[in-house]
Order: sequence, then structure tokens, then C-alpha cells
Amino acid sequence: MTAVALAPPRRRRALRPGVWGASLFVGLVVVAAVVPGLLTSGNPGAADAVSALQGPGADHLLGTDANGRDLLTRIVYGARPSLLAGLGATGLAVLVGSALGLVAGLGGRFADETTMRLVEVLQSLPTLLLALLVFTIAGPGTLNSIFAIALYLMPSYARLVRVQSKLIGRSGYVEAATSLGLGRIAIVVRHVLPNAFVPLLVLATIEVGLTIVAASSLSFLGFGPKPPAPEWGAMLSAGRDYFAVAWWVAVFPGLAISLTVLSITVVGRHLQRRLEGRPS
Amino acid sequence: MRTVLIRLGSSLLVLWGAITVAFAVLQLTPGSTIDAILGTAPVTPEARAQIVSDLKLDRPVPEQYADFLGRIARGDFGHSYQLHDSVTGAVGRELGSSIQLSLVGVGLAFAVSIVVALLTAHRRRSVRSLSSGLELIGVSIPAFWAAILLLTIFSFKLGWFPAAGADGASSLVLPAVAVAVPLMAIFTQVLREGLELALDEPFVATARARGASDAFVRVRHALRHALLPLVTLVGWLFGMTFGSLVVVETVFSRPGMGQLILHAVEGKDLPVVLGVVVLTSVVFVTVNILQDLAYLIIDPRLRGAR
Repeated sequence: MTAVALAPPRRRRALRPGVWGASLFVGLVVVAAVVPGLLTSGNPGAADAVSALQGPGADHLLGTDANGRDLLTRIVYGARPSLLAGLGATGLAVLVGSALGLVAGLGGRFADETTMRLVEVLQSLPTLLLALLVFTIAGPGTLNSIFAIALYLMPSYARLVRVQSKLIGRSGYVEAATSLGLGRIAIVVRHVLPNAFVPLLVLATIEVGLTIVAASSLSFLGFGPKPPAPEWGAMLSAGRDYFAVAWWVAVFPGLAISLTVLSITVVGRHLQRRLEGRPS
Repeated sequence: MRTVLIRLGSSLLVLWGAITVAFAVLQLTPGSTIDAILGTAPVTPEARAQIVSDLKLDRPVPEQYADFLGRIARGDFGHSYQLHDSVTGAVGRELGSSIQLSLVGVGLAFAVSIVVALLTAHRRRSVRSLSSGLELIGVSIPAFWAAILLLTIFSFKLGWFPAAGADGASSLVLPAVAVAVPLMAIFTQVLREGLELALDEPFVATARARGASDAFVRVRHALRHALLPLVTLVGWLFGMTFGSLVVVETVFSRPGMGQLILHAVEGKDLPVVLGVVVLTSVVFVTVNILQDLAYLIIDPRLRGAR
């Protein structure tokens, strides 16, 4: 939204059909996440042993799972936890990462070295291993899995904001603000943050998709929301024993993840190109 | 030389950080270590006290920390709580299968993306957008779902490959493809971008002017330049492959590091978790050092830098 407002006011180029489709799908997923009742009248928890593992058909458009629950309904309801995990982890990472980046970029040599070494330690472990460490200390769960992913994403934001704030800190307008007698904190809030924000936003939009993949992988491994919850990764995890007899249990939740991530990535890249003023 | 030493020093610092984080985890984990070791086994208070003093759990934290560092320096990661084996023994048993899977997966991704990039760089718009569309899809598909799809189609429906285990080459095919899919997407993007840049260079025009065929120019001249940017991806590749390994091994019920660490986390088997963490960060840091050294060898201009 901010991105659109920031786009140059020259003649709008017609959106490519791919970008259109992707935006539409993202819209659909957001609707599903906010008001799932609008897209389906079913109850995601309604089990019906008689119609267990039915293939896609008129009664159940995408079939049913091992407990006879309607897959389409569960996928619609699964949008919320999946999106929340992606947005939550990205948001947390942006917040903590920017704070660390600002400290490193503007706080002098000692603060810079300390923060950057900490960031390097975090980056010296693969994503999944870092997440598993978090689960070892704090146990599995939705919040812990968001925290684990944020911990992994945080270094790249810290680095970005550090570089940006160093650049901005040396720029003419900050010098001007200093000479006008503005305090350090006022300068950071009014001048450094807004200018570091745009590249940050672009990175975040593109990474939300990858974050959703990471979150669903953790739920698939059994560290996210617990089974009855209709989360996409957890649905695949719960359906593992039935893949041989019911392909739809294996296919549709994963399709939901992939299409969502694909659409977000397409929209994110489009926004990035607009912001950088390149043709889409 | 100085650059290399500084790099080594800072890597050691990072490594020490990772080990310290590991030790902190051990201290922070709720529940006492002794309860985790004993589980629900009925033990007399005397035996319990004996174990506590054997493992030096009654010593002050700084002493335990020094002890921990010393043992790791000697390559001793202690014993697993669950497996009746030393951590190094357990890791040694599982490592081979995982290395095999990652080498085949990464090799496959590499081979396919070189071919695709060579065929699509600077071609007609339709060819390129088809390829970049596929790459986008490749990045968006989670590794575990790729694995599930392969399993459902090629094992359950078609019955071409075994669905589980690690016996022989046929059981390696599907897991390796699942590991390769997301890597392929990124490799191809980077390689094609590099190839397109290289194909615009004057030396390519010279080669063409000498009458070299298009295929010859691509393979002999442009490809070498396009391979350079891949060096930057080595660190990323390592983390990515580790993540894929864990989920792919889970889907295909394949023994390996993934299964080892997952069971360790679920069972709070701390020595195994910490052993894997420390070993992985040692490998990761080494890989990064090698990556930096590779730059210096590939691009002599960087030698004076810093």
C-alpha cells in the first residue's frame, strides 16, 4: 500500500496478466484469513467418519481427510495461521533487526563490532538448526516457531539497516539537522528511519513468501500448531499416513502453500521493480 | 596473508560464539539435566547423586563451561541420553547417508541448471519467460511438498521407486530430486544472469568473429565467467541443503542426520542436539573461510583489498 503511494506518478503501465492473477490470489488468501466464513460455509473441525478419505467430488470439492473433514474448508481456514506466521515472523525480524542495525550503524565502533559479531553467530547456523535450538529450549508451538524464523531473518535486516543508517548518517540532510541542534534520537526517528524504510519494506515483502514456506516446513515437522488446527503444513503432516491411498490429502494443502508463496513473490518483485523505477 | 589471518581469527570468534550459545541452551533448558538423563527410570537417591557428581553437574557454572569447552576442543561431545552411544558415534553412523544424499542432490541441481542456463541465456523472449516462470515455481514449492508429490506420484501411483528406506541407488533418486528442486531454481537464475552478462563481453564478440560456433562460445568462453557468481552461493547452499535434508529424510523415512537431530530435539537429547549444532557451525564456518579464499584465488584484484 505504501509502495503504491510511493510509486512515481507517471503514466501507469498496464499490469501483466501474471501480476494481475497473483494480486487476485493474494487478495483471496487475505479474505480467507480475515473472514473465512465468506468463502466457505463449512466448519473446519467438523469430523464425519462415514465420509473419511473421499476423493474430490460434488459433496467435497477437494475431498476429505482421514477424519472425514472437508479439505477445502480446512484449507480456507488454514490461511489465517499460515499468513500470520509469515507476517508475524517477518514483522518481528524487521523490528528487532532494525533496532540492532541502528545501534550498529550509529552507535560507534564498539556497539558496531559487538552487534555484528552477534549477527554473525546467528548466521553461522543453518535456518532449521537455529529453529530446532529454539524448540529445544522453549518447546514446540506456533509462537516459538514464529520466534525461531524471526531469529533467522533478523540478521539480514540488521545488516541492511546498518548500512543504510551509516550512509544516511553521513548525508547532507542529517548534517543539516545536526547543525540545527536536533538531538540524536530525533534525527534517527525523523530522518534515518524513514529513509531506511523503503528498501526494508521491499526486502520484507519478498521475504514474506519464503517465511511462509519456512513456517509451514516447521509445522510439517510437527513443531508448529498442533494437529486439529487447520494449518497447511500441519495438515500435510497429519495426512502423511494416507498419501498412498488418498492423493488429494497430499496435493491440495501443499498447492495452497505454493500458490500463496508464488503469488506473494510475484507481487513483491513487481513492487520492487516499480520502486526501483525499472520496467516490470 | 594478513587478510587470511584476520579472517581466520574472526571465524574462530564466531565459532566460539556458537559453542557458547550451545552451552547457554544447555543451561537455559527447563528441567534439570539429571531428570532428562534419568527420564522415568526408578533410581535410588544414592545412584542419582553418583551420576550428578560423575557428570560434574554439581559444579559451579563457570567450571562446567570451562569443562564443556575443553571437551569440545578434544572432540568429545559426551553421550546421548537416548541412544546408548556417544554423540560422535551416532553422528558418524548417520553422516554418510546424509552426505551421499546431499552430494547427489546438489550435483543433480548443478548439472541440470548448467544445461538449462546454457540453452536459455539470450534466447527468444518466450523461451526465457517459460524458464524463469518455472524457476519462480521452483522457489515457491516447499522442499517437503516437492518430496511428498514425488513420493505420491512415482512411488505410490507408478511404483517406480521405493517409498522409504535407503537401500541402493533406486531409493536415492526421489530424495535427491526433492533436494535438487529448490536449488535448481536459484542456480539457473544466477547462471543465466552470469551467462547473459558474459555473452555481451567483447571477448565473446572476438570469439564469434574468429568463426567459433554459438555452442562453442557458450560452453568454452561464457560458462566459465558465469560460474564465478555461484561461489557466493556456497554458504547459502549449505544452510539450504541442511534444511532440505531434514524434511526430505522425514518424508522418505530415510536414516540420516535429519532423523538424528529431529529425534534428539523431540526427546530433549541435549548432547546430540549440541553436538550437531557445534559440528554444523564448524563446517559452516570452514565453508565460509574456503569461500573467501576461493575469491582470492579466482579474483587476484581482491588480494590487496581490506
